[in-house]
Amino acid sequence: MHDVIIIGAGPAGLSAAITCAKNGLSVFVMDEYLKPGGRLLGQLYEQPDGSWWNGVNESSRLYDQALDLGVHVQLHTPVNNIEKTDTEWVIYTEGETYYTKHLLLATGAAESPVPVPGWTLPGVMSVGAAQVMTNVHRVKPGERGVIIGVNALSSAIAMELKLAGIDVACMTLPKLSQVTDHAAQPKTVLDSLLHVSHMAPSQFVRLGSKLMKNDFMKKLGVTFYPKNGVKMWDIPIQLRKAVVEIYGDGQVEGITLANVDTNGEVVPGSEKKVPCDFVCIAGGLYPLTELAAVAGCPFYLIDELGGYVPLHNERMETSLDGLYVAGNITGIEGAKVAIAQGETAGLTIAQNSGVDGLDREIEESIQAIEQTRNNAYIQFHPHVKKGKRLLQEQWEEYVALSDKNVPNQYV
Amino acid sequence: MSQRILEHPVLGKIEEKNSVTFTFNNETYQGLENESIAAALLANGIRTLRHHEESGAPRGIYCNIGHCFECRVTVNGQQGVRACLTPLKEGMVVESGGQLPTTVRDWRNNHA
Repeated sequence: MHDVIIIGAGPAGLSAAITCAKNGLSVFVMDEYLKPGGRLLGQLYEQPDGSWWNGVNESSRLYDQALDLGVHVQLHTPVNNIEKTDTEWVIYTEGETYYTKHLLLATGAAESPVPVPGWTLPGVMSVGAAQVMTNVHRVKPGERGVIIGVNALSSAIAMELKLAGIDVACMTLPKLSQVTDHAAQPKTVLDSLLHVSHMAPSQFVRLGSKLMKNDFMKKLGVTFYPKNGVKMWDIPIQLRKAVVEIYGDGQVEGITLANVDTNGEVVPGSEKKVPCDFVCIAGGLYPLTELAAVAGCPFYLIDELGGYVPLHNERMETSLDGLYVAGNITGIEGAKVAIAQGETAGLTIAQNSGVDGLDREIEESIQAIEQTRNNAYIQFHPHVKKGKRLLQEQWEEYVALSDKNVPNQYV
Repeated sequence: MSQRILEHPVLGKIEEKNSVTFTFNNETYQGLENESIAAALLANGIRTLRHHEESGAPRGIYCNIGHCFECRVTVNGQQGVRACLTPLKEGMVVESGGQLPTTVRDWRNNHA
């Protein structure tokens, strides 16, 4: 039996594994994917200092370091269920069943789908799928694509597609409907776009971010947003148009684009066809939390963190004994934050396993997460810190209730 | 037709891998050893991985990282294998699933 089992070989899981192993624990990491690295694998962007953040290299660096420290990493291992007995956690996989005292869930994030008519056609994929095909497998998702959904993730990936020589016809919004909601409202989208504006070579977007600090200005911004869109990395971004339909006989042949008003409503008769051979749907990321849910963790819906997150403290402990979380399962942020969280989780697990003298290191690692967050190049949600504060308040309330020994809602 | 990105301005040259032969719906194709079945098929210009069990509509990859199960195929006789998670091996026999009979509805259509 290993001292600790980690589910997820992404940046959080691997960095936790490295930290645990450095503190003398025996570590077993499992992941269902065929390569270690998780979502970090596909990442590729130029950092402010001019160097490139290359997810493939960063993943192998973490993986090699883990292996050197004796961490056992097993890929191709989907976990079906986890369960707590009186003394340990039981991990059920498609093959064997494993047991451990300390279990870290570093399952990462998944992409929210945005149903647009025609979205089941072959050639329509999530924007992350196109990223993995391009940067990891090095296969073009197509020759000319359209990205539906304008946010931090899709803007970064649009640039990556261009870099690989793939034409991006435009980035645009889905047609407003009950399900697309915020993602289809130009004002909300502009808000999120302004947040990645420092990455944009476009003067309009860059200037806009300085000017449009309040709602009134944003509304004005959308109103005066050029009908033909602005360009970012030479890719037209259309906030005043929306995809009505993806069409094609047996596979994607193009999209139908229509003008929308400032509230996202389609202007009838303005439909126009845009030929393309693939379409990326960018609905944003949400924490992948099923295993924390089956384990019985209390959950909170915190929009600033990307969805439902399991209750946990700054030390990355959940309210369940021996169960920890790190990385995007705790909220949508960049890989560097995930690596920092993995370190904290690893140190906490080491301390709870009986390693002495880690108090200060844990304290410092918690501060390091905060620092990394402040310096993040890509922030997925403008108010991540507020989200973290909300969850921390929930934790304090939870602890106060437990301390008073009041039977509470979580038990 | 999709194709491989052999040269990349930042990621450099594509990693050297052994070429392997596999079949998809009885046609023979070449792919790279241990790449995902989904990547190998896309590199060969194949986007339709299966037809929907009920509607018969064509389906391809969607999420590419194992979450959505849209890319399920039959590999060496085993059904429901996710093409995006499964490494390609020499001699693999990959088949796509198709429409299945919907007995109650079909009966109703014929008797209504």
